[in-house]
Amino acid sequence: MQFPYLSVLIFTPLAAAVILLLLPNRQARLIRAIALTASALVLGLSAALFFISSPVVDGYRFIEKIDWLPELGISYHVGVDGFSLPLLLLAGLVAFSGVLVSWNVQDRPREFFSFFMFLVASVLGVFSSLDLFQLFFFFELAVFPKYLMIVMWGSPQTREYGGMKLTLYLFLGSVVALVGVFALYFGSGLNTFDMLALEKAGLPLAFQQIWFPVIFIGFAVLAGIFPFYSWAPDGHVAAPTAVSMLLAGVEMKVGAFAALRIGIELLPQGAQHWAWLILLLGTINVVYGALLAMAQKDLKYVIGYSSVSHMGLVLIGFAALNQQGLLGAGLQMFSHGVMTALFFAVVGMVYDRTHTRDIGQLGGLARFMPLAAFGFIVSGLVSMGMPGFSGFVAEIPIYLGAWRVAPWVAVVSAVSIVITAAYILLVVRRVFFGEVPQSLSALEDIHTRDKLVVLMLSLVMIAVGLLPGLISAGISDGVNRILQLLGGSL
Amino acid sequence: MTGSFPAAMLLKSLPEISLVILAGLVLLLSLVWKKRPPQALTWITIAGLMLCLLLALLFALPVKGPYLIWGGLLKIDVLSFLFRMIFLTGAALTVLISVERQPSQGQGEYLALLITSVFGMCLMAASADILMLYLAIEITAMPLFILAAFQFRQKKSAEAGLKYFLYGAMTSTVMVFGFSLLFGISGQTGYSAIAAALEPDRLPVSLTAGIFMLVLVGFLFKVSAAPFHFWAPDVYEGAPTPIAGFLSTASKAAGFAALLRILQEVFRASPELRFGLLAAAAVASMLIGNFLALRQKNLKRLLAYSSIAQAGYILVGAAVGTPLGASGAIYYLIAYLVTNLAAFGAVAVVSSNTGSDQIAAFSGLNRRNAALALVLGAALLSLGGVPVFAGFFGKFLVFASAVQAGAVWLAVIGVLNAVVGLYYYLNLLKVMYLDPVPEGSGPLTVVFPWKAALLVCAAGILVLGFIYRPWYHWADLAAQMLLLH
Repeated sequence: MQFPYLSVLIFTPLAAAVILLLLPNRQARLIRAIALTASALVLGLSAALFFISSPVVDGYRFIEKIDWLPELGISYHVGVDGFSLPLLLLAGLVAFSGVLVSWNVQDRPREFFSFFMFLVASVLGVFSSLDLFQLFFFFELAVFPKYLMIVMWGSPQTREYGGMKLTLYLFLGSVVALVGVFALYFGSGLNTFDMLALEKAGLPLAFQQIWFPVIFIGFAVLAGIFPFYSWAPDGHVAAPTAVSMLLAGVEMKVGAFAALRIGIELLPQGAQHWAWLILLLGTINVVYGALLAMAQKDLKYVIGYSSVSHMGLVLIGFAALNQQGLLGAGLQMFSHGVMTALFFAVVGMVYDRTHTRDIGQLGGLARFMPLAAFGFIVSGLVSMGMPGFSGFVAEIPIYLGAWRVAPWVAVVSAVSIVITAAYILLVVRRVFFGEVPQSLSALEDIHTRDKLVVLMLSLVMIAVGLLPGLISAGISDGVNRILQLLGGSL
Repeated sequence: MTGSFPAAMLLKSLPEISLVILAGLVLLLSLVWKKRPPQALTWITIAGLMLCLLLALLFALPVKGPYLIWGGLLKIDVLSFLFRMIFLTGAALTVLISVERQPSQGQGEYLALLITSVFGMCLMAASADILMLYLAIEITAMPLFILAAFQFRQKKSAEAGLKYFLYGAMTSTVMVFGFSLLFGISGQTGYSAIAAALEPDRLPVSLTAGIFMLVLVGFLFKVSAAPFHFWAPDVYEGAPTPIAGFLSTASKAAGFAALLRILQEVFRASPELRFGLLAAAAVASMLIGNFLALRQKNLKRLLAYSSIAQAGYILVGAAVGTPLGASGAIYYLIAYLVTNLAAFGAVAVVSSNTGSDQIAAFSGLNRRNAALALVLGAALLSLGGVPVFAGFFGKFLVFASAVQAGAVWLAVIGVLNAVVGLYYYLNLLKVMYLDPVPEGSGPLTVVFPWKAALLVCAAGILVLGFIYRPWYHWADLAAQMLLLH
């Protein structure tokens, strides 16, 4: 019996969340200390998992399985493969950075950090799930912290609208997918929610064709799939910084991950049948999202729409259903997660000091907060797919994979690179360089904690850009497993 | 399997017998024991209810197959056992929540009436005879009519009692008409004899359908499902808050227990009919409940509409009628008991402190009493069907059962309704967590019995939300035994 690494990983933030709720709000220092410790543990452990050896069963490592409700075939069943391991690390990075950038939350810190820890536990739980029920359980666990955090600490103008829209959209997508999960459960006749068993169920083709879109799109709503994307910018903009980071950085990957794990891995023939639709929607995401991002005047909305655009690439990578596409999608999930978290972190730092997010009212900020500018530029370069950064190593395989199945997808979505470059460079020039407006004289530099966040996340993106093998080797293993489910060579 | 000798039968119905004794004792004490401490009767009642629970566990545990006792009037099986637990627990929690509400001069009557109605509910869940069922329904309802009007000096409470009474009288008359037809056709009152007379080769299905509809009227009233839900909002709003909680949980559970049994044991020959009618009622209840809840300004009214919607979800399980559906409905009812009592308990606390049960009275609750906000929040999320709270698994089971039975459309309507429901529950969370504290409102005092009740409910909401096995085991056993035929 191996040490239950994954359970410790999931239950550390969960325990922290519960403990925090029991503390009085006066103990702000203690509350922050607990949150920081828990998130540091999560980060450390999620990184350590790369180096700890563990027996491989069915392509998964660190497997734990405990009966939950055996009458219905529900179990607590966790395990990770090369695909989910980077996502755990991503969650750890964003959780840790999120606590650091929210250090100064004055209003009800107990609730803030407790709900934040619930969210972290939720995403970690989804990424490690090998049981459909458990996956859904953790998926939905995020509902109340998401909503309450946006509503309680979000930006006053739009938080009620943005929070409700985001929560209901995601709940809607997931419960529709749940109906599909039920169909899968009863259709397989295996009386189990165990995903490893269901993979081998050999579901009939017609069944897969009917239910794939329901499940895939239901979960992909959380990845911002067109036409169900508008919650993402509205929700992410309304949310407080740490929550924007976690929602756009990690939660969107939760949607993509669930769509992959359940939609593609359990219904591979359905995926092949509907791949054209996902390619089409993904392409619209990429191009339309980029165009929308370009049209924004609000700095945070630019990032919000850029997420929609970049997640489209993940969907295209999935739907290519080949080695390159899936590998790229795996890398892109990680790369985009870190990138967007850093974007939102910097936007938050800028807003905290200037009290505006209007691009027209900002300018020359690099003079006051050079490191923030550095972080934004690194993220921007990743976003544009510049060689040497993680975005490049992620996007190139996706385009290659798309080219092999549908060249038009690669061509059309490659247009977005140009659009992305345009809006990123525009924003960088207007916000961080040029004249400083009168209203913004003598701003303070960002705090050391913020600098730590910027440096950490930037370095991760550069490291992955220069040494993609750090995570791509593992992802390749995961991809090979999926390709086997898809029926060998494709 | 008729009970062989009276002693065994007495033992099997010991909990019911003790309930009657308890009611008499409480009434007597309230008359003769003038110098009692103010809450003495409350604690005696709770101790008595717990004793009944213990007696049921000790002597009436249905270890082997169903027993028919008292000449086939009552059936002791897992279903009746499980629901007896539900009613007793619900009643004990209601008594705790009622503490401050009891006008001192009426305390004895209040408690005795409550106990009597629990007695009726236990009989309802066990009835295996239409005559017994009718008696049980009336024994349950009569005390509740009075309890709903207990604050009769307030117009709304008197109105609630009268409305509840008129509605109840009308629907039970229709049901009794159905019963008389059943008796006329079979010449019997026992479930199994009637079921034999309803076999399709002996009676045209259209006639069975007509009778089924008449009988269903009474049940839909009891569980506050559409189209016989109209009483619920006014009665919940006007009745004393703990009684509203009791009506929405234990009384609803009793209706469902009897419904599940009569569906299986009397109308089992026509599953399509059952599915058609109940699914229609389920859809109507979900839609009406959820959409009308959206516009409510009063929390008790909102909870009334939400309770109509919840009846709709539970009806999905009853309509499907498979073991999974029935056990899902039962699990749902257990979860719903602690969930809704927590919600009504929190309303009782706030309204006794502020004198208002408008939603506005709850704004900023998180800043005034974080623990209370947490409990109410958990209850609302449980009603919304979000993990890690009890209601999640109830919904999971009933929707799963619909898909299993091939009624994907019903599951889809169900989950879409859950989204609508989540909208107004989240809005309430927003009121509690975001909205400013009303001016001039002091801290909320929560007396010990309330704390105890809310703590038990909150623990129940959590435990039922992620530890499924023991509860599902019992619900499943009840369903299996019910469907054994």
